Amino acid sequence: MERVITANWHVEQAYTLSVYQQHGGFKSLKKVFGMERGAVVPELIKSNLRGRGGAGFPVGAKWSFLPKGTDVPKYLVVNADEGEPGTFKDRFIMERDPHRLMEGCIIAGFTLGLKAAYIYVRGELVLATRRMEAAIAELYATGLLGKNILGSGLDFDIYVHRGAGAYICGEETALIESLEGKTGQPRLKPPFPAVVGVFGCPTVVNNVESIACVPLVIERGAEWWSAQGSEKNGGPKIVQVSGKVKRPGTYEVPNGISLRDVVFSDLYGGGPLDGRTIRGVIPGGTSCPVLRADQLDVKHDFDALKEKPFETMAGTSGVIVMDDTVCVVRIAARIARFYHHESCGQCTPCREGMGWVSKILDRIEAGGAKRAEVDQLLDIVNNIRGNTICPFGDAVGMSIGAYLRQFPEEFIAHVEQGRCTYPAW
Amino acid sequence: MFNPNATDIDGPILFSPENEKELDTLLQRYPYKRAALLPVLYMAQAQFGWLSPGVMAYVAQRLELPEGKVLQVASFYTMFDKKPAGRHKIEVCTSVPCCMMGGFAVVRHISEQLGIGVGETTADGRVTLLEAECLAGCGYAPLLQVNGEFHENLTPERIDALLATLR
Repeated sequence: MERVITANWHVEQAYTLSVYQQHGGFKSLKKVFGMERGAVVPELIKSNLRGRGGAGFPVGAKWSFLPKGTDVPKYLVVNADEGEPGTFKDRFIMERDPHRLMEGCIIAGFTLGLKAAYIYVRGELVLATRRMEAAIAELYATGLLGKNILGSGLDFDIYVHRGAGAYICGEETALIESLEGKTGQPRLKPPFPAVVGVFGCPTVVNNVESIACVPLVIERGAEWWSAQGSEKNGGPKIVQVSGKVKRPGTYEVPNGISLRDVVFSDLYGGGPLDGRTIRGVIPGGTSCPVLRADQLDVKHDFDALKEKPFETMAGTSGVIVMDDTVCVVRIAARIARFYHHESCGQCTPCREGMGWVSKILDRIEAGGAKRAEVDQLLDIVNNIRGNTICPFGDAVGMSIGAYLRQFPEEFIAHVEQGRCTYPAW
Repeated sequence: MFNPNATDIDGPILFSPENEKELDTLLQRYPYKRAALLPVLYMAQAQFGWLSPGVMAYVAQRLELPEGKVLQVASFYTMFDKKPAGRHKIEVCTSVPCCMMGGFAVVRHISEQLGIGVGETTADGRVTLLEAECLAGCGYAPLLQVNGEFHENLTPERIDALLATLR
């Protein structure tokens, strides 16, 4: 299929302003400067562009929540804290096509009357940070950032802010706390960031891919964008395939593509390694409930994956594939250890519960657990779920709970045999 | 109380002239000083090597924050070194999916080659070995980062070649 979001990924030095402009860069911004300020949000709503950071919230609707006509400064915060296991797309946008992200930021700035954008980038992504800083410097030097951009009357700044190694900062209110120089502990909502966001001001928080898509929606038009996907899931998107497949990597696909195609097609994942069969697939990063190999005939979009019997999420579109050599109990234990380590510690059910879940899962995997502990595990995760400030607790409950629901026989086998029969890592 | 003669790092705890300029730039980015804490901690770590109690107290003084707030933030985030690290920091991803693609074997290999465990630094201060959570390179597993650079699709030979370059 035609590359749209990733069109520049294989263009030499597309991260420089001159090459980006040779490939049509900043045409959308100029188009927007010629449009009515109020025309962009309806266009985004019509395009069905949905947030690419995991939750899939419609971007146009999110922008429309920002209060109009207030005197307080308003901000865009770009969530570039890519850290959901299985996710590796925003990094490439930032490394290879940073100007597209900047163009999206400036369009948001003009449309919503913003003072500045802060790009909160994961601390580990050093090259991405360097490329974005270089891109921003080029934009100031050429009058595309700063005062009165291209004579439009817009004053707008973009700053890169590095995170420092905390998964929870991918949650938007934790990210805002972190941007304010605090520990990344999520806030209670409401108030939502659109009302009280960073520095106490109205703030729109969007994922990197979401913002990078904005110039493309303007360029191609809302109708084109909407037609690329399934119902209410507009546009092409980037899926990432990892784990036990022949062709791991990033692929641009139409929204709503069959998950089976993502895993098996020779254009994408390429299917299992020779002589192996697929056992389970996580459709959108480790927070999403796992699917069994017989559940892959489903549209990969924000709505279809939610339905019964799948009851999972499209998340970040990070598709993780496990084959028959992989112990799913050990995967659950590894994910639990991750969550235990990354719990911000604010809410007791998550902070304490994840420690218990992690210990019990390790014990089950090692073969030293009693049958009753399998049931106890479900009880604990169900008590974390819904009882925490942020969705981290829900994600824990749903993802760990799904291993128990989808592969109960594996847990029982570990208990009954008193050991794990899969190859060691 | 901040003591510029603190002995927990070599030399006086004062920002270099270049970092003083950088501090001015950073402070202009945010509506108030506290918001600059993460970038200033990074800057301090780069200059002094690690965030010793003396360095954290200095940062607190410069940003007009209670020392406890600086310690709280420095200890929340894993990328701030609260003890001296080696000249090269190797971080091996062992998250899902790297764990099923040989991430732990990479950790074991490096550990054997260097004679150190995870979280430890070689006696000569050359290398610190760490396990990292998802480094956003899942399609190219197993992988590691050293000093912020990615090394992907690792094999024992590639790891050995990399280790030989770390002086």
